Amino acid sequence: MTLPIVERLAAAPAPPGIDPAVTTEWLVAFLRDELLERRGITRAVLGLSGGVDSAVTAFLCARALGPENVYAIRMPYKTSHPSSLRDAQLVVDALAISCRTIEISDAVDGYLQFEPDAGARRRGNVMARTRMVVLFDQSAKLDALPIGTGNKTERLLGYFTWHADDTPPVNPIGDLFKSQIWELARYLGVPQRLIEKAPTADLQADQTDEADLGISYARADAILEQLLVGYSDAQLVDRGFAAGEIALVRGRVDSTHWKRHLPTTAMLSNTAINEFYLRPVDY
Amino acid sequence: MSERPARLRVALLQTKPAKGQYARNLAEAGEAFAQLAADPPDLIVLPEAALTGYFLEGAVYDLALPAARFAHDLARTWTEAGGERVDIAAGFFENDAGTYYNSGIYVEVDGGRERIAHVHRKMFLPTYGVFDEERFLSRGHKLGVFETRFGTMAILVCEDSCHAIVPTIAAIKGARILIVPSASPGRGIECDGELESIVRWREMLRVAAIEHGVYIIYAGLTGFEGGKGMTGSSSVIDPFGHILVQAPAAEACIVRADLDLREVDLARAGLPLLGDLHGALGDLLLDDELPLPQKRYDAPNR
Repeated sequence: MTLPIVERLAAAPAPPGIDPAVTTEWLVAFLRDELLERRGITRAVLGLSGGVDSAVTAFLCARALGPENVYAIRMPYKTSHPSSLRDAQLVVDALAISCRTIEISDAVDGYLQFEPDAGARRRGNVMARTRMVVLFDQSAKLDALPIGTGNKTERLLGYFTWHADDTPPVNPIGDLFKSQIWELARYLGVPQRLIEKAPTADLQADQTDEADLGISYARADAILEQLLVGYSDAQLVDRGFAAGEIALVRGRVDSTHWKRHLPTTAMLSNTAINEFYLRPVDY
Repeated sequence: MSERPARLRVALLQTKPAKGQYARNLAEAGEAFAQLAADPPDLIVLPEAALTGYFLEGAVYDLALPAARFAHDLARTWTEAGGERVDIAAGFFENDAGTYYNSGIYVEVDGGRERIAHVHRKMFLPTYGVFDEERFLSRGHKLGVFETRFGTMAILVCEDSCHAIVPTIAAIKGARILIVPSASPGRGIECDGELESIVRWREMLRVAAIEHGVYIIYAGLTGFEGGKGMTGSSSVIDPFGHILVQAPAAEACIVRADLDLREVDLARAGLPLLGDLHGALGDLLLDDELPLPQKRYDAPNR
């Protein structure tokens, strides 16, 4: 008699999954707790880029606070792709949230005219930090809390401008990999075009995230998920990843820990803030 | 065996405290007590860190209270809410003359007076990942069981209940009801319908209930603390492992259940694992290959 075989075959590496309904319920509760209950703030303001991250954030905010309390700000620079504005408008129309467009070209160029040699990286950073200036000023004007739109993948890879994209005090999607963001976007009903288009920081013409990073999000996320758990490079190779892509991802993570922390402060006392004097953020 | 009541009407108060605002949270508990006093339960159970929030870091030293003071506050609040006789179990940060614990208390309230039946100091202080308890707190050194008018009980604070040996010892020592005040930050979204940490908790508690034939009363803290969402899910599990009731994860609420305490005997008769363990316990624990101290060592606050 031949016995049946029950076995689990090694599966090809896959990006992390998500239960979008559970996640949505949890993140909506998070936003309500952080804004309404803890801070007594009823409104949210966020930069709406035309990409999927800020779109998902807008959808979550609209669920948590009501669309009438969500203020989207589009902040194009003169070289931004015109389609970004149109894609952001799809989100505004789908949710019926408030939206304002504030050009940042004059503000950015007002400074950069004195720095004609600034290359693409510096110019991109100035744009990102200018957007944050606008967002926080609109926050004060509207009595609305700025909401962060950075995802876990870009946070881990250091693919953001420090003290710009990462600045808002509340971020509902910062523990979600990009692959999970896409799944969540499909569940929330984000316009299909935003889910399908190539992610881009839109700081330079024809820029895409995956070209900048040198790896696809699906691949990077699959590596990151296991790397964070503690799997060694050798184990990751055993699991079907290439040594080169592992090195690329690990290198970016290991070289950007500083971007995920507050500034380093010299400790001189037994009451150094956040070293000895420890109070939680919500105390 | 005794004239103990056959039924226990329990109410779990799934609190969502404002961080560090003890007086405000106690007042809100009082509102819930008033709601309960109209149809009073026998026992009210509150979560771990029920009236302060869980992640306090150094602020735990500002907020920890002597057990007697916390017991009095609970009793006074219940009495002012119109309540008469009740037992209350709750988690709190305890200040014992300058030594700090994550504790669970069992207080008997009657006629405006209170008696502390038991204080359990959390023995397993999670200090890994997001948790940092042992940086700020001392650990308890004794797992005690205690008598109540409803039978023998034990309090296991959160991670205490996750080590299979702890419910085992509580049951061996006679506990028929395990009270588990807890504060569990939710995590794990690659699941099907629930956060993975909620599923894991339920599975662990069900196993303990089935193995030892005990009721488990699990009171979970809820609300977000600095982005970490406590998973509530307060529940009552019967000695057969059935979930009698389970609260939602993310909202403050009251959970009520009526326990038939005779079920403990029935469950143990049908699956006498606890009785079997009595026979083998010595062989297991006196095994000289176990990494146990050979002599009783001195430890404070045993």
